Amino acid sequence: MNLYHYASPSTFYPLAGKLVPWFAALAFILTTAGLYISFFMAPTDFQQGEGYRIIFIHVPAAWMSMFIYVVMAFWSAIGLAWNTRLSFVMARALAPTGAMFTFVALWTGAFWGKPMWGAWWVWDARLTSELILLFLYVGVMALQAAIDDPRRSDRAGALLNLVGVINVPIIYFSVKWWNTLHQGSSLSLTRAPSMAQTMLWGMLILALAAWMYTIAVALARARTLILERERRTEWARAQLEGQA
Amino acid sequence: MLKFLFTVIRRDVLLAARRRGDWLTAQFFFVMVVSMFPLGVGPEPGMLRTIGPGVVWVAALLASLLSLGRLFADDYRDGTLEQMLLSPYPNTLLALGKAIAHWIINGIPLLVIAPVLGIQFNLPAEALWILVLSLAIGTPILSLLGSIGAALTLGLRGGGALVTLLILPLYVPALIFGAGAVEGVLSGTGSEAHLSLLGAFLMMSLLLAPWVSAMALKVSVE
Repeated sequence: MNLYHYASPSTFYPLAGKLVPWFAALAFILTTAGLYISFFMAPTDFQQGEGYRIIFIHVPAAWMSMFIYVVMAFWSAIGLAWNTRLSFVMARALAPTGAMFTFVALWTGAFWGKPMWGAWWVWDARLTSELILLFLYVGVMALQAAIDDPRRSDRAGALLNLVGVINVPIIYFSVKWWNTLHQGSSLSLTRAPSMAQTMLWGMLILALAAWMYTIAVALARARTLILERERRTEWARAQLEGQA
Repeated sequence: MLKFLFTVIRRDVLLAARRRGDWLTAQFFFVMVVSMFPLGVGPEPGMLRTIGPGVVWVAALLASLLSLGRLFADDYRDGTLEQMLLSPYPNTLLALGKAIAHWIINGIPLLVIAPVLGIQFNLPAEALWILVLSLAIGTPILSLLGSIGAALTLGLRGGGALVTLLILPLYVPALIFGAGAVEGVLSGTGSEAHLSLLGAFLMMSLLLAPWVSAMALKVSVE
């Protein structure tokens, strides 16, 4: 199989169309299984009570939020280096999902923080850097949205994305040191190292579900982006007429 | 090569000197934003001293963003920028020169005004000195990173607000280390660690930012 074959939008489009239902189905099955394990099988935490179950959503969302930004940067770098249209499409298709997961991580974090710490928000290093990550996502999407010319929009977004990915570790450490120097961090996110086996399984399955969901959504979004950009080509017209 | 760099810097500084109105706006903006804070939070000296470094630094970020809109825009509108990009010299030098000029025009005046504003916030003499030092290391970072944002948003509608959105998150480390250095003097933990980290961030920005902003200029102009 030749991977380069699928680097062309006209061949990638039908491939993505075939893959989307599979990933969507996997996402659905894994989400159902993961939620069942985490809500009915996992034992109640003896320190945190039932409220701890928020982490089953929170942790996978937080993982995805960071991971997607790096994947976007990867596609941006490939696109800038080899000038491949599809890489830019992928980077762009991933951005809203990444922003969504970042928001979910912050939101569920607030819900978890209220009963556990007694505060919706603390200026903890992880919370602050996650908030700045959301700002970075918003920046990339705002820049892409502001430029009408798709070529310029792709490249500008990709450059900003790469600058952002270099900055993420710097921001993380600066926030961490700022936090430790300002106030003796009375609240720490590090929990007891040992976790019940079922809890771990629930979390891992939901993390996998988040992966599948991201792939499905990104591919579906990439398909619409391709169709929009290639609307003047013959194969895209044939596609559109076939659907109508 | 160096001659080209100096020409770019000299030209921008000269243009700013001839149009003092534009240039003074950002400086007065800085002074006014800082002066609003005591009115908002109350004149209690202890509290002012606590928030002082942060307020001056945040105002410096905003003042730097305010003037970024004109970094490339005027040259872009009359076609000069395109000619400069076509010149046989590397575009990275052009971007570097522009950023340095932006710092001379907008950064250095902030250093001069900052101690006066620090006195308003009841900062002791030692902290004032560190405030100036932290701004001296930090404001070039703002100009360098800002030049990336200015290049990316060249000629876009609503470019000013957009630059803020893109660049403010990237300014976070500079803000933390800069304000942290002054904070360190006030709380007695010292400021060297913060200043060293700020210096490291400056070195990295100096290395990478002109290069990225030259690429961004090419993307925006072509």
